Amino acid sequence: MARIVGGIGTSHVPAVGAAIDNGRQDEPYWAPYFDKIGPARALASELAPDVAIVVYNDHASAFSLELIPTFALGVAAEFPPADEGYGPRAVPPAIGHPDLAWHLAESLILDEFDLTIVNEMAVDHGCTVPLSVAFGQPEAWPCRVIPLCVNVIQYPPPTGHRCLALGRAIRRAVDAYPGDERVMIFGTGGMSHQLQGERAGLVNLDFDREFLDRLVTDPEGQAAVDHTTYLREAGSEGIELVMWLVMRGALDAEVEERYRMHHVPTSNTSNGLIVLTDAADSV
Amino acid sequence: MTQAERDYDDIPGTYVFDGRHHRAGYALNMFCMSLNDEANRDVFRTDPAGYLDRFDLTEDQRTAVEQRDWLGLLRLGGNIYYTFKLAIFDGLSMQDVGAMMSGVSTDEFSKMMIDGGRSIDGNRSRRDRGGG
Repeated sequence: MARIVGGIGTSHVPAVGAAIDNGRQDEPYWAPYFDKIGPARALASELAPDVAIVVYNDHASAFSLELIPTFALGVAAEFPPADEGYGPRAVPPAIGHPDLAWHLAESLILDEFDLTIVNEMAVDHGCTVPLSVAFGQPEAWPCRVIPLCVNVIQYPPPTGHRCLALGRAIRRAVDAYPGDERVMIFGTGGMSHQLQGERAGLVNLDFDREFLDRLVTDPEGQAAVDHTTYLREAGSEGIELVMWLVMRGALDAEVEERYRMHHVPTSNTSNGLIVLTDAADSV
Repeated sequence: MTQAERDYDDIPGTYVFDGRHHRAGYALNMFCMSLNDEANRDVFRTDPAGYLDRFDLTEDQRTAVEQRDWLGLLRLGGNIYYTFKLAIFDGLSMQDVGAMMSGVSTDEFSKMMIDGGRSIDGNRSRRDRGGG
């Protein structure tokens, strides 16, 4: 049977992608951040996933206001990088896993999560930056990619509770898949940041630390945090953090925190990264 | 859906993109979205007025686009991920736009971020700011 080998929570800041693409990782501004993500890359390599389920949000790239799916699962064989206004990032296409993706779609819908199924979808920085964070700059990504888009731009996003429950349903579906795939799940976005308005540049380190602590030890408690609290405390774009709860839900109740880092700033964002595995997988 | 006041309306300097904003800003945001397409960017660069005629913008929205009034665009229903398409078109970064929206220079904004960002203290609600 397929199994979840680990979960990664990471911010998906576009400037991080640009720093990688433009060879600026050793510059004084960027070096401290890239030094801190090294151990997570080592863990991603050690966990050797065959498939990455990347939970992220599209930023007016594949979806617009014409149609706003709350959860959209990519079932295609390939997902090209999106042109977000500068031309597409020079990263490999994400090669899908249609068989597992369709299994997920069918399992999740029958498990009462009413997903949108997507064949044609370019993936923007929300999906490609986490892959760069975990895997660097390979010629091809080292695993298949199943993108799972969550609406967090149009209010209201799904609740934290719903995201955690979706993660648990993903776990049930992966466990039931008759393959031997090693599956890693990414929850992306955040941490505290606000891009818009007079309050642009907001960072709330206490909120971020507490979020990471509760993500590990009390996901139910974090899932009960309401949207207004995120908007007020973590900034209007910090509400992306609900997507980390999908990742958390796909892991066991008891997890081992393998790595954590927190770095301020990357561009306008408080940048966090955490790697979790099931405690039962530890010896 | 009720269009009544929401509990997040008291967060200062924050324009939550809810149904109220969406309805006001649909055409404006779809204009911004169209700039993802290089061919559209070329037309907008060559003939901005003619290109804007294709979209059902209000007078105020059109003026805000022409004047690159980044806060005005948000107040008129724009969403930052969409209005940022216009900023990308102009060659601006998110820090440039963040600085303009908060009334400081990009250097000042960038320094604020390096120093740990804008503090949450005093920025949770308008009440913190004495009604400001």
